[in-house]
Amino acid sequence: MKYDVIVVGGGHAGCEAANAAAKQGVKTLLVTSNMKNIADMPCNPSIGGTAKGIVVREIDALGGLMGRVADKSHLQIKMLNSGKGPAVKSLRAQGDKVIYPKNMLKELNSIESLDIMEAMIEDLIVEDNTIKGVITDEGKEIMCEALVLTTGTYLKSKILVGETHKFEGPHGEVSSKHLSDKLRDLGIEIQRLKTGTPQRIDPDTVDFSVLTPEYGDSTPWTFSFDIEPQYEIDKQRLCYLVYTNEETHKIIRDNLSRSAMYGGYAEGIGPRYCPSIEDKVVRFADKERHQLFLEPESDYYPDLYLQGFSTSMPIDVQEKMVHSLHGLENAKILKYAYAIEYDAINPLQMYPSEESKVIKNLYTAGQINGTSGYEEAAGQGLIAGINAGLRVRGKDPLILKRNESYIGVLLDDLTTKGTKEPYRLLTSRAEYRLILRHDNADLRLRDYGYQVGIISQEQKDRLDLKRKHINDLIENLKNFRVTPKNQSEELVEAIGELNNGESLYDLLKRPEVKINDLVTYLEEEYSKEIQEIVEVQVKYEGYINKTLKEVERMLKLEDKKIPEDIDYDKVNNLASEARQKLKQVRPLTIAQATRISGVNPADISILTVYLKKEYANQD
Amino acid sequence: MNENICAISTALGVGAISIIRATGPDAIEIVNSIFKGKDLTKVDTHTINYGFIMDKEEKVDEVLVSIMRAPRTFTKEDMVEINSHGGISTTNKILELLLENGCRLAEPGEFTKKAFLNGRIDLVEAEGINDLIVSQTDSQRKFAMNRLNGNLSRLIKEMRKEIMELEGKLEVAFDYPDEIEDEEDITYNELKSTMITIKDKLTKLVNSYKDASIIKDGINVSIVGKPNVGKSSILNHLLDQDKAIVTDIAGTTRDIVEGTLSLNGIKLNLTDTAGIRETDDLVESIGVKKSLDIINNSDLVIFVLNNSEVLTKEELDLINKTNVEKIVIINKCDLESKIDYSLLDDIPYIKGNTMDANGLDELKTRIISMFNLEKINSSDFNYISNARELSLVKKALDVVSESIDNLNATLPFEIVADDLRVSYVALGEIIGETYNEDILDEIFSKFCVGK
Repeated sequence: MKYDVIVVGGGHAGCEAANAAAKQGVKTLLVTSNMKNIADMPCNPSIGGTAKGIVVREIDALGGLMGRVADKSHLQIKMLNSGKGPAVKSLRAQGDKVIYPKNMLKELNSIESLDIMEAMIEDLIVEDNTIKGVITDEGKEIMCEALVLTTGTYLKSKILVGETHKFEGPHGEVSSKHLSDKLRDLGIEIQRLKTGTPQRIDPDTVDFSVLTPEYGDSTPWTFSFDIEPQYEIDKQRLCYLVYTNEETHKIIRDNLSRSAMYGGYAEGIGPRYCPSIEDKVVRFADKERHQLFLEPESDYYPDLYLQGFSTSMPIDVQEKMVHSLHGLENAKILKYAYAIEYDAINPLQMYPSEESKVIKNLYTAGQINGTSGYEEAAGQGLIAGINAGLRVRGKDPLILKRNESYIGVLLDDLTTKGTKEPYRLLTSRAEYRLILRHDNADLRLRDYGYQVGIISQEQKDRLDLKRKHINDLIENLKNFRVTPKNQSEELVEAIGELNNGESLYDLLKRPEVKINDLVTYLEEEYSKEIQEIVEVQVKYEGYINKTLKEVERMLKLEDKKIPEDIDYDKVNNLASEARQKLKQVRPLTIAQATRISGVNPADISILTVYLKKEYANQD
Repeated sequence: MNENICAISTALGVGAISIIRATGPDAIEIVNSIFKGKDLTKVDTHTINYGFIMDKEEKVDEVLVSIMRAPRTFTKEDMVEINSHGGISTTNKILELLLENGCRLAEPGEFTKKAFLNGRIDLVEAEGINDLIVSQTDSQRKFAMNRLNGNLSRLIKEMRKEIMELEGKLEVAFDYPDEIEDEEDITYNELKSTMITIKDKLTKLVNSYKDASIIKDGINVSIVGKPNVGKSSILNHLLDQDKAIVTDIAGTTRDIVEGTLSLNGIKLNLTDTAGIRETDDLVESIGVKKSLDIINNSDLVIFVLNNSEVLTKEELDLINKTNVEKIVIINKCDLESKIDYSLLDDIPYIKGNTMDANGLDELKTRIISMFNLEKINSSDFNYISNARELSLVKKALDVVSESIDNLNATLPFEIVADDLRVSYVALGEIIGETYNEDILDEIFSKFCVGK
């Protein structure tokens, strides 16, 4: 059996990778250990969230599936940070854990050149440091041109609850015992990471009357740029706010030594970005309470997810902890919290295209690269699938830059800085976040999807029309002048009476003026979406231009390529830490080199001069 | 490579001439913006042009400016050389003006580096460049090390810490919106009060640079008045009484230092105004406008008036238009007064008779309080020591001021956070520290977040 691209793993990364490769028309196989776990959400039920919601839109813009599937499969959706500024706004949905995988499978099944197969992969076929195929646990060989590994937490996974542990994946699934050893034998560095998930609670045993409900937005939203809202606003499910208290904290402190983490039973490194409750209580001892949320997981089963309470305490302590929470005194725990350890690779051995530096035509995406989160996984899966397909088609890879997307920030961080803990995207990681907004993800990225061939002509035409509307609206705002005579009441209320005429465009720059107050002057009507983009672009033009200037400076350095065969030992006078880091990371451009911690501006000068000297003729 | 850089190319000191060099795509335009004379953007390449360096309306120095356009220059980019009159303060002032108007201070060896990178010099010559850059590295490291223990560094670090704490609060609320409880939320007022404190500290630092130059260079005092009002006797009394050495040091071409005396350990450079001493009548001989140009170059002007004569319009005009510190001495008070004191309004004046001891003491007391000399002497030195630091501190001050404006306009927190980040970076540049991942460390050490 032979395929162009094989994707191992059917999680969020695997689904996107399979879609992105197959949609290019290359013959693709998705191998999953269990068909039922396609696009499984083993941890929290949310899709999106700060920064992550923007990633979902980026995935959609590029031709991925997550946004579209989430839009058809959620229980609640809201825009976070709506009052804090244009770029930190982000959508978050509570996905239905039963419906989401179903809808994802439906999407995958509709792709012609994609096959799906149930098997456990335990070995790789590699010749001349190039991937040739995979071998299942039953010894069956399947050959391929390019391979995408998206094994998630399934490499040597170990579930930890208190003093006990089991070698298995989430839901008691079988995990891969040999694949990470095989990778290590091939020269890939393996590290051990850890993450955790909280308890699931029986809603019939919760006293909701003492909890604060959290509602979805009353404005309809979609992640996808291609579909209309698929849900009814007032049928959204509620989440509930729960607080820990001094008693909870005391139980945790008294039993710390029995926690897998604190008792010394775990070796993996957990994420700062997603700490366990014992971590929070220890590190923030003076905090009187911590916020938790009870969130529905599905319309098809009762479990409520107790967000924020992840722990590796033994189950008797978990019982006490849960029952100490106000409103959950009599709560029945349907599933206990656990920590999970797994093997991941060192992402510094990967190119920003997600191809391995060690094995040609081998791509990795998702948790195997040391990230955490469905969205981070999906974003990487998409890029890995795109690039595996492009490789088979003999084309150059798609590498997204930091000024283009959060996915670009993620991949640059991973391949430049590496990670020692599960990596999560944050808006504060993006230095150009003002131009990486949720509202312009399609404007930023859709053309790439079109070039790769996974965005259709129809989608591309719609994008061009959108661009035209945006330009029209801006032109119209510039051309219409408001005078003291024609000033509307709303506008008088907002800014007082005008003394002189002023264009709508200039008025919009004032902080107190909303585009809503202005479009009434225009004959043409514009969608809410167009209005939002234009409002941000005009109102924050000065700041956006400042950002663009910074970007320009960075891109100039991005154009300065570092030859792949450079021998850093021959570059005299580099500081030794810089030399070591450069050898490890092997940055592709001077810009990337500047982002490596431990490489100072002086080292960059030395490197630049060296390149000029040694490679002068190749310039 | 597209940056405009500048540096003083001659050794600092009281040489006859100093050369300040600027190069880069906008070098000519930048120099032109502080130059009075021909339009330098229009003159032929490789020409020398006569004119003045201006600080807004004020003449800083009479100069010759060489214009050399790319590519026939040392760096292969546009290059300007300003030949100014020597003297630390004038040369530094011109450098400051260039920094304020868009140049960056060149790193050691950077002109040569540009020359190499632009292909002006060959590989053999370039071998030397690495050494230059290495020495730059070392000096940077030493520089940073030295200042790590310094007061300036400590002050800047405190400010950065405060900003980082604020930014951490903002960022954590962006990334974990529903895990931050209300009481942890930050308010515009809290942000504003911190930023205003920081602005005040930076303003103080900038002012302290002036103090530092007073300590280093002294206070330049001009004594101005009509003939026979008693200028010379006041000058001599001041010098005699302090047994100061009367010297005739040629300072710059403009000024003649008549003598120096020490007041609370600070030098007072007493000067009459150059070239007009012979006429002995500043006001009448060269007119109010030109007199102003000259006396505004002083730190302090002492106007001497004759009590027995009516205050002339020219005198009053000159006093009112002087925009540096000023003191009026009304001499010959033993004679009948013809001066209308109400005309002097709130200008401080001292009455005396050819400067008796009391009058002199009063004058000194005035000068001491005017320049805060007691404080200068006793305060510890957080002082900025060079034009580079001054330009970076001023830049940080601008950014911080802008962020306060934006806070007043209640722009969204995201924009405020950007301002804070820029302020943080600007302050970091002063002490040679950059941004990196400080914010992430801040967030996760201070806030309890994460699912």
